[in-house]
Amino acid sequence: MSRLLLTRLLEAVPVLLISAAAAFALGQVAGDPLAALGLDASAAQRAAAAARLGLDAPLPEQYLRFLWAALHGDFGFSIRLARPVGALLLERLPATVELAGAAFLVALAAGIPAGMLAALHPRGLAARAVMAVSLLGVSLPTFLTGTLLILLFAATLRWLPSFGRGEVVALGGWSTGLLTGSGRLALILPALTLGAFQAALLLRLVADGMRGALASGHVRFARARGLPPRLIRRHALRHALVPVLAAFGMQLGLLVAFSIVTEQVFQWPGIGLLLVQSIAAADVPVMTAYLVLTSVLFVALSLLADLLALAVDPRLRQGRGG
Amino acid sequence: MTGGRVAGAVLLAAVLAAAAAPLLAAQNPFDLAHLDLMDSLLPPGSPGFPLGSDGQGRDVLSAILYGARLSFLVGGLAVGLAALLGMPAGLVAGYAGGWTDALLMRLADAQLAFPAVLVALLIDGAARALLARGRAEALAVPVLVLAIGLGRWPQFARVVRGAARLARGRDYVAAARLAGVGGGRILFAHVAPNALGPAGVLFTLSLGLAVLDEATLSFLGVGLPPTRPSLGTLIRVGTEYVLSGQWWTVVFPALALAVPVLAVNLLGDALRAARR
Repeated sequence: MSRLLLTRLLEAVPVLLISAAAAFALGQVAGDPLAALGLDASAAQRAAAAARLGLDAPLPEQYLRFLWAALHGDFGFSIRLARPVGALLLERLPATVELAGAAFLVALAAGIPAGMLAALHPRGLAARAVMAVSLLGVSLPTFLTGTLLILLFAATLRWLPSFGRGEVVALGGWSTGLLTGSGRLALILPALTLGAFQAALLLRLVADGMRGALASGHVRFARARGLPPRLIRRHALRHALVPVLAAFGMQLGLLVAFSIVTEQVFQWPGIGLLLVQSIAAADVPVMTAYLVLTSVLFVALSLLADLLALAVDPRLRQGRGG
Repeated sequence: MTGGRVAGAVLLAAVLAAAAAPLLAAQNPFDLAHLDLMDSLLPPGSPGFPLGSDGQGRDVLSAILYGARLSFLVGGLAVGLAALLGMPAGLVAGYAGGWTDALLMRLADAQLAFPAVLVALLIDGAARALLARGRAEALAVPVLVLAIGLGRWPQFARVVRGAARLARGRDYVAAARLAGVGGGRILFAHVAPNALGPAGVLFTLSLGLAVLDEATLSFLGVGLPPTRPSLGTLIRVGTEYVLSGQWWTVVFPALALAVPVLAVNLLGDALRAARR
């Protein structure tokens, strides 16, 4: 078990270093701080400014310095908002975490039962309907789902708000919308939008895995012993969850990527909306910090998925591999 | 296979309609002389505006035809670029093995850790930072093709690498090597024809995804500008009218985007089933 975890950790290092290098290169090619001195600056003034900012050091040294600052959460100042980028991201992070968390719950609550239904009664009317809806779900882009939900629930029925986060309450450094009525109402449509794609994907994974598990030896044996269907389903689900967890770790990355789109649709004040606004304004420091932050997040999520797979599948723990 | 045929027919019809946009459309939505603000926001079924008109008095049907042309063009070119970059990289990595393989695949894995649309968004952002504002708009199509194509090359590299590794061990490659054929010739004449087949299904499925990538970037406001709207731009501009009840400015472009993508996905499933 610890060997598997160690391999995964070692595999994560080059991913992190390459994406950090990409972020660093982004800062190098886009924007020259010395240009701010203007055309009248003499060569001596330029050299002095370069020395003061550390720009005369060789590139590898500048890269190491960038890594060191990034480790301390220092990404410089946003060009658009003239504020430290680290503080900006921290301020926006709670909104994105709450949105992604709620969307994840939506996906689990809808995807797993529907996937089991589709696998257990593949010829039933409900199962066919579920599969058709899921194909639509993976074909509809997130921004369309969101726009159509706004059209129905906000514009036509006027039940739910179409933008923003409602009232938020500050708990220490964390602003939450979960404690106010308007905050909870505002969360419904964005969470459904972001969760719909994931639910459709999870559903197809669970249905595939369940079909395989129901046909496998241990489930047939359990059935031959006359175990009640409820227990058989539990045996099969546990078996079916292993590939689901492995694939879903990767899909959590998509959750972050599509939260950008969802935040734009609903003007949800998270880090995704910040990124889109920064790209439109060519605000490179924010883009750099976002790239570093998300690569750390992706690596952490896929490690978490590996740990969950270990917890569910005893074969992996004994080092026999699955 | 019948499902695949229907999907193929729908797709072909959509591509032909988009390609023939100047012949089919009632008006040129880019020509300001043809637009009349008095015609703005007419509901569907109005004379001359079968699917209604938008806030500038543009015929929604004409805008969709021209927009689909841009969307499909960007999607097709981007997948072509991804294949052009990824397939040689995969071929070389799979055939050469060793450190070439390790280097190329580490790079591909590092990028695969990120969703393709996020990579495209960041490349697009970097290009915007490099180019001046006006030039970024004029170069929107090549920048998008580059961003989306660079976002999707690792998938092609991975698939072709696996097939090339298999082909490398086959007897006909050993025979060619014994006959004294050079490495480059073996790669192109013997390994490549047998390794590129599996990339075909990926190519089809990627077309749908690339069109969605373009639509997503345009929807986020960093793709094609409203002066040359793709389907994604049309949907973004249309959302401004949703809350005031002009649903047709969003729903029809959305259908024009979703139906061909659904058809591509069905066609890809059918192709995959046929290869088994």
